Amino acid sequence: MNKVNNNDPRFSIINKRLEKINRIIVVLSGKGGVGKSLIATISSLILSKKSKVGLLDLDFQNPSCHTILGFFNGKPIENKGVIPPIVHGIKFMSIVYYSGEKPIPLRGGEITDTIIEIFTIVKWNSLNYLFIDMPPGIGDEVLDIIKLVKNCEILIVTTSSKLAIETFKKVIEMLKISNVKILGVIENMKRGREKNVIKLAEKYGIRYLGYLQFDYKIEKYLSNPSKLLKTNFSKKLEKILLKIIQ
Amino acid sequence: MHEWALAESIVSYILEKANEMNIKKILEVEIKIGELRQIDMEILLIALKTLSENTILEKAIFKISIEEAFLKCRVCGYEWSYREEKSKIEEKDIEAIHFIPEIIHSFIKCPKCSSIDFEIVKGKDVWIEKIKF
Repeated sequence: MNKVNNNDPRFSIINKRLEKINRIIVVLSGKGGVGKSLIATISSLILSKKSKVGLLDLDFQNPSCHTILGFFNGKPIENKGVIPPIVHGIKFMSIVYYSGEKPIPLRGGEITDTIIEIFTIVKWNSLNYLFIDMPPGIGDEVLDIIKLVKNCEILIVTTSSKLAIETFKKVIEMLKISNVKILGVIENMKRGREKNVIKLAEKYGIRYLGYLQFDYKIEKYLSNPSKLLKTNFSKKLEKILLKIIQ
Repeated sequence: MHEWALAESIVSYILEKANEMNIKKILEVEIKIGELRQIDMEILLIALKTLSENTILEKAIFKISIEEAFLKCRVCGYEWSYREEKSKIEEKDIEAIHFIPEIIHSFIKCPKCSSIDFEIVKGKDVWIEKIKF
């Protein structure tokens, strides 16, 4: 009889759950409120027109992808695991299916356990792309994803605000140390002709994928994906995505 | 039915370990499961047996035991069992905890001081206690 060490079996299944996904794109930023969830969700909507796409909202404190999608009453199907519902052509998974409108006050280790559980029970099957919308910052969730999801690719979102730029630097430095693939940076909510994001991207050897101007129509069209896809924001994002998927 | 998903992870883990240790036949496996998971034992056992077919686990006996769940308030230090509070939780929320045990933080607070800052001391994990070969 052997007593087993390091005996949580869930770790052994995570990469098998993800093995039929061609590309896993993790959308993150140092600062909150820079449009990360919007970019993750609209990118999923755009690519789902021609590909099989999944979207996982890992922002447990402030999940918002469901609001962008206007999906408030759905639930996953149980079939030898959890099958995410298809929402506007996307396989969409979020903790709100379980927490509803209630807050989820989790601490570090519990966040990690929740992430492991989601990756253990959710069956994505085959996908061309899985977008993961991360909470802001470079805390537990980001470290967990880099550790758990082999071959993930990072898409950084920032604005040119001095407040966001400071954390942008920290994000890049941490990712470089972690030796994870960085697709590049999208500059969001651009209002003027600032060049600080471009300069920093050059300095750190990160690809500057392009900018998205502040679009007042976005707020009005939240929860209405067909209208969101017609905005200038989405049209420009589609062009930026071509740089990533080609 | 997400018992199947857990069973897959258990079988995958044991086969991985057995391969590493060059084990050719497994006789018995002891599995511990936290109460918060509210696992349907019958479904889990069927899943384990089915997934073990045509593997070195085929003849193994699966012994599964449940670990009672205890919670402890980080503010006042009070410790209580999940069973004490379960009757106060709505059925749909119990189902949510079944899928993601940590979601209990959305539905329970300390019975003594009402704080939402508590830890799950035990009763949420799943682990392989012993493998006999």
